[in-house]
Amino acid sequence: MKRLKPVNVVIVGGGWTGLAMAAEVTRRTSLNVLVLERGPMHRTKDYASTMDELDYSIRLRFMQNIADETVTHRHSAKNPSVPVRQYGSFLPGSGVGGAGEHWNGNSFRYSPEVFRLASHLKERYPATVLPESLAVQDWGISYEELEPYYWRVERMMGVSGKAGNLRGKLIDGGNIFEGRREFEYPTPPLKRSYFMTLFEESVKKLSYHPYPVPAATLSEAYRNPDGISRPGCAYCGYCETFGCMIGAKAQPTNTLMPLLSQRNNFELRTGSWVRRLVKESQRVTGVQYTNEAGEEVFQPADVVILASFTLSNVRLLSLSGIGTPYDPASGKGTLGKNLTHQIMTKLNLFFDHPMNAFMGTGALGTAISDFDGDQALKGTEGILRGGSLLAISTGNRPIQSFDTLPPGAVPSNWGSQWKKTALTWRDKVGTIVLFGEHMSYRQNFMDLDPTYTDKFGDPLLRLTLDWTDHEQRQRQFSYGIFKNIAREIGAAAHAAAPPVHPYTVTQYQSTHLQGGAIMGTTRANSVVNTSLQHWDAPNLWVVGASSFPQNASVNPTLTVLAVTYRAADALIDQYLKHPGALA
Amino acid sequence: MRRREFLAIPAAALGGSLWYTLAGQPIRTNPDKGTLHIPLRFFTATEAQTISAACERIFPSDESGPGASEAGVVVYIDRQLAGPYGRDQFRYTKGPFVSSLPEHGYQGKATPREIYREGIGMLGAFSSLSAEQQDQKLKSLEETVFFQMLRIHTIEGMFCDPMHGGNAGMIGWQLIGFPGPQMGYRQDIDAHYGSAFRPQSKSLEQILGHPVRVLEDT
Repeated sequence: MKRLKPVNVVIVGGGWTGLAMAAEVTRRTSLNVLVLERGPMHRTKDYASTMDELDYSIRLRFMQNIADETVTHRHSAKNPSVPVRQYGSFLPGSGVGGAGEHWNGNSFRYSPEVFRLASHLKERYPATVLPESLAVQDWGISYEELEPYYWRVERMMGVSGKAGNLRGKLIDGGNIFEGRREFEYPTPPLKRSYFMTLFEESVKKLSYHPYPVPAATLSEAYRNPDGISRPGCAYCGYCETFGCMIGAKAQPTNTLMPLLSQRNNFELRTGSWVRRLVKESQRVTGVQYTNEAGEEVFQPADVVILASFTLSNVRLLSLSGIGTPYDPASGKGTLGKNLTHQIMTKLNLFFDHPMNAFMGTGALGTAISDFDGDQALKGTEGILRGGSLLAISTGNRPIQSFDTLPPGAVPSNWGSQWKKTALTWRDKVGTIVLFGEHMSYRQNFMDLDPTYTDKFGDPLLRLTLDWTDHEQRQRQFSYGIFKNIAREIGAAAHAAAPPVHPYTVTQYQSTHLQGGAIMGTTRANSVVNTSLQHWDAPNLWVVGASSFPQNASVNPTLTVLAVTYRAADALIDQYLKHPGALA
Repeated sequence: MRRREFLAIPAAALGGSLWYTLAGQPIRTNPDKGTLHIPLRFFTATEAQTISAACERIFPSDESGPGASEAGVVVYIDRQLAGPYGRDQFRYTKGPFVSSLPEHGYQGKATPREIYREGIGMLGAFSSLSAEQQDQKLKSLEETVFFQMLRIHTIEGMFCDPMHGGNAGMIGWQLIGFPGPQMGYRQDIDAHYGSAFRPQSKSLEQILGHPVRVLEDT
């Protein structure tokens, strides 16, 4: 195998976390940094010609090609696994910027108690109430430690929003349930769609506390501390699964790449498919990858930063034999444990007048956190954690929104009567969503599949994952809230209670898969320490949502980046000065 | 190489402009004359007629407005099947193939092309049946992978950007009042509350002023 010229730092993955690490190391040190990205380059100027629902939302041109590599799924360790043959429940991105190019831009902070969930549950509930299989852990870091890093990410992106807790003072119109913020958002909230105004009026009448969804999409022109200027949002409705053609939505290619491309200690190699990390005794010596020409090469490096998607981070560690695979039967081992996703429950509200819902932007919405965490729970709901509720105006595109009808409105889903009914209800729909907190359980984990392989013949990652009674009850709980809102808002119709069903790979939840290489305070309970340094190899750092011990209710990107910047500080300020395991 | 096959359609039957009477009745006009000979990439002319007739029952042209025929849905499907999607280049197709739960989605080996060829066989002499017979035939196929695919493809062909061969003359977008991929609505997003705002539809190529390389041509 060809051995390439050594570099100081090699980073696997050119998405938000990989490029953020690269930006910090190249800014603050003279070390040379190489980013290996399997997909192609993306640029803002190319995005206008991608405003095509068919190729980008249906055929998913910005996603990893599932024909090359996928994951397998089984509901429990007793079942055989089968491959996810077509994308459904999550959409991993490919190319420079990764999923950070085609995300919606929802930029919430996690609430303080999320970081000490295991302790919090023990304080709040008697032990008998907690499911035996519950595997939640404290993160080992606190909200207070992360607050300055959250602020850094918010300024880098120019997050638009309204503070609800400014230095301890609760502010009406912001999220009064959020953790203490030191500063107001860098840019004011986005404009409000018609549906958002209807939602806001109704939930206020129900004594809830609506606030604008914090968005990585600018409400007005903004220049960030790095000197990068971007314009305000145009509400074109092409956000999720698309790149922003004007750069209003913060993406790695319009915030970090402009800095990196100016730095002579930075190199990016696209079309580079990393296959293995190579570990010798207590060190990782570099990575093996297949380059654009199809050759297998070895890239030596002093420091390796694994910064790909959750699933790829866990798979690469597993394929490389780094760490001890988790065994659900004995509870021993840590690699692959605490796989979580997100329990999304959705309700379409039907109105008798038009919404003009083709206008919007990915993170345009009004949220309420009154049911987040456990502040609203009386103990009779049969659940330990709730979730965040959003009324969204992401922008309805015609193919995916056409067949949206009140349940039972028409017996068939084709033919004259169906068409007429669909046209009658066209553009009279508003959607509310509850993102439920998904806790970790002993039986939900990741390992390598014994049967199915990728295009190179390497084993696929296997997800063992199902909803428990808790998630089914969260769905029912969501529906109870939805019904009250539907009544108050005066909806002409809405859907029935969601059915109880097992985890479904064909149904979109979110791309917020988490865990598998979780952070913690001891090597016995985690794969990486709280600085995201691997316990078994001090020159290996594993960044991303793979480090989250369980899922919070809201979108993870802001938190992913906050812990990444914190890891960058630990790498630069501590490790590089005294290479070795951090105390 | 196979003999070139064409779909012959009167130009006036495709696309056009959509108007509404005061009573809300849709009227489609298209002054174009002559016959279009659209080259087929995957279907034979007979297969195209069969699929076209089936799409027309799924999304009929009727008193509520134009349907699959006016949108050229069959042209859209033909191009999709001829391209990488039809050959299953965006699906994980390594074996072993096993049957599993509905929660795991379609696990079969057949590609969209193969599913259509089998489906066309099941439809038989579909275009020669009466509308009622056609509906009965489709009803009997409702649970098949083929029918479910055909239904989805019909919706896609109605409302995709016209550069993909369907939604001819943006007739589908006119029908539902979708303006196309416009550059933005900064002045409109917080206006028009409660009343319909329907800018004139524009296609991506009209907005950009240059052609776009679509996935089916790659």
